[in-house]
Amino acid sequence: MNVYAVKAIYFFEMTRFLRTIFQSIAAPVIATSLYFIVFGSAIGSRMASIDGVSYAAFIVPGLVMLSILTESISNASFGIYMPKYSGTIYEVFSAPISVLEIVLGYVGAAASKSILLGLIILGTARLFVDYTILHPLWMLTFLVLTSVAFSLFGFIIGIWADGFEKLQIVPTMVVTPLTFLGGSFYSISMLPPVWQKITLFNPVVYLVSGFRWSFFGVSDVGVGLSLAMTLSFMVVCFVIIGVIFKTGYRIKS
Amino acid sequence: MRNNATDQLHTSDDIITVKSLSKVYDSSFKALQGIDLTIKRGEIFALLGPNGAGKTTLINIICGIVNPTSGTITAGGHDVIRDYRAARSAIGLVPQELTSDAFEKVLDTVKFSRGLFGKSPNPAHLEKVLKDLSLWSKRDSKIFALSGGMKRRVMIAKALSHEPTILFLDEPTAGVDVELRRDMWNMVRELRDSGVTIILTTHYIEEAEEMADRIGVINKGQIILVEEKAALMKKLGKKQLILTLKTPMKSVPIELTGHDLALEHEGAELVYTFDAKADQSGIAGLLKQLSELHIEFKDLQTKQSSLEDIFVGLVDENSRGKAE
Repeated sequence: MNVYAVKAIYFFEMTRFLRTIFQSIAAPVIATSLYFIVFGSAIGSRMASIDGVSYAAFIVPGLVMLSILTESISNASFGIYMPKYSGTIYEVFSAPISVLEIVLGYVGAAASKSILLGLIILGTARLFVDYTILHPLWMLTFLVLTSVAFSLFGFIIGIWADGFEKLQIVPTMVVTPLTFLGGSFYSISMLPPVWQKITLFNPVVYLVSGFRWSFFGVSDVGVGLSLAMTLSFMVVCFVIIGVIFKTGYRIKS
Repeated sequence: MRNNATDQLHTSDDIITVKSLSKVYDSSFKALQGIDLTIKRGEIFALLGPNGAGKTTLINIICGIVNPTSGTITAGGHDVIRDYRAARSAIGLVPQELTSDAFEKVLDTVKFSRGLFGKSPNPAHLEKVLKDLSLWSKRDSKIFALSGGMKRRVMIAKALSHEPTILFLDEPTAGVDVELRRDMWNMVRELRDSGVTIILTTHYIEEAEEMADRIGVINKGQIILVEEKAALMKKLGKKQLILTLKTPMKSVPIELTGHDLALEHEGAELVYTFDAKADQSGIAGLLKQLSELHIEFKDLQTKQSSLEDIFVGLVDENSRGKAE
């Protein structure tokens, strides 16, 4: 294991994060605060509680998930896309470093940022609404797993993208709709029966549901299923990355 | 037994071996066709070739940036694919393109490179590298604020940060001013003296002439010549004296047959070929004889065929051979 290389990439990425601290932290925090003001306080006060949880508290896990998903993808995709775009990636490919180590460095940094951000958003949410976390360890587990899984996914997008447009297209066209329709702001039991079935094809449902369970002890789908889906998604992403490096797709001619 | 020992000795003398290396890009463009090449430990090897000849592809495959289609390569005795960690640890690469993380500081980017190659931090070494490249005073500058020449130095510093024993310089002096080029040549010599093997590609023939121990010429994905520079220069050591005659001649006068003479441009030019390194060029004697024979000339010039002539000649020959 080339530990120095993993550390070099990891800290390089984290430095980039600190250099753009406003973009990295302030922007998502401001966005989340706005969601709480609009959905939590203004609209939420007129909504009935769901499964005994006030609406304002109900959306906390959903909002954290929404931020983690978008930020993991954007951090990880940008992290690998930029050196590809500027050409500095040559150095990583010519270094004595394995695929696993490259992924540990880039994805590890992206996931760390997301986890940190998730915790900051949770703290921000506390300023607007009272909530309790029933299973803090499970909450952390879901937070970490989701961050890692979607950072891996973002890493794939960053390799696949050959322009800034493609870098944006998956997060905007696929991930954001799936997150909004994945029960971030509602319980899927509020949907008509047909849509309750269709929505089960949305992987985000499982992430949000499992994460929400760790807060309130209630969920749309079984927590075991949530965990299994998150892990499967992670494994699939890792396999895809393995194939990418094996074949050199979009990275080595 | 003895054979074995000789073989081993032979192997340890070769730091890079390339065997039947081919590369076909997805566009079915054949960038390299059956390259066989051996680089000796401690030498400066210059790879010459026109644009698109395959120089960069060859280097990128050895360094692990491009995948080969077929063939095997070892660096420092390690297969560059099977045993990539050991092979790549020994190699430093200065690519042709000036690519850098614009917002990073010079020292940080050099530290990053060292870490990437799995070496423990060594501030003293990095300080030496940066000082040798006159970059130490710029260590806290962000890279985008540096001039092109300084950026080139940063690329070299990155490649040297992990103490490689093999250094690839891909067109190191392209677009570099004379002063920096001199500095770079000196640095390359110092590196070689410290035991680093250097492979450089260049367009500038005088660079190869000045620096290299051996010279390889590549064209259209094939190595068409590899030779000791000294041997190559000896071949080129011939000089010519060209006399433009007042009155063209049909043949070389019988009195002059003792000299290596030829008539060119339909008898308008008398060309005398001699060894530039010999003590006696024979020019004085020839001119005296010409005046005795009342052969008058309007102009005279001497010409030494350079590496460039040979290079152009080889590449032309190779291209013609292909066309036929």
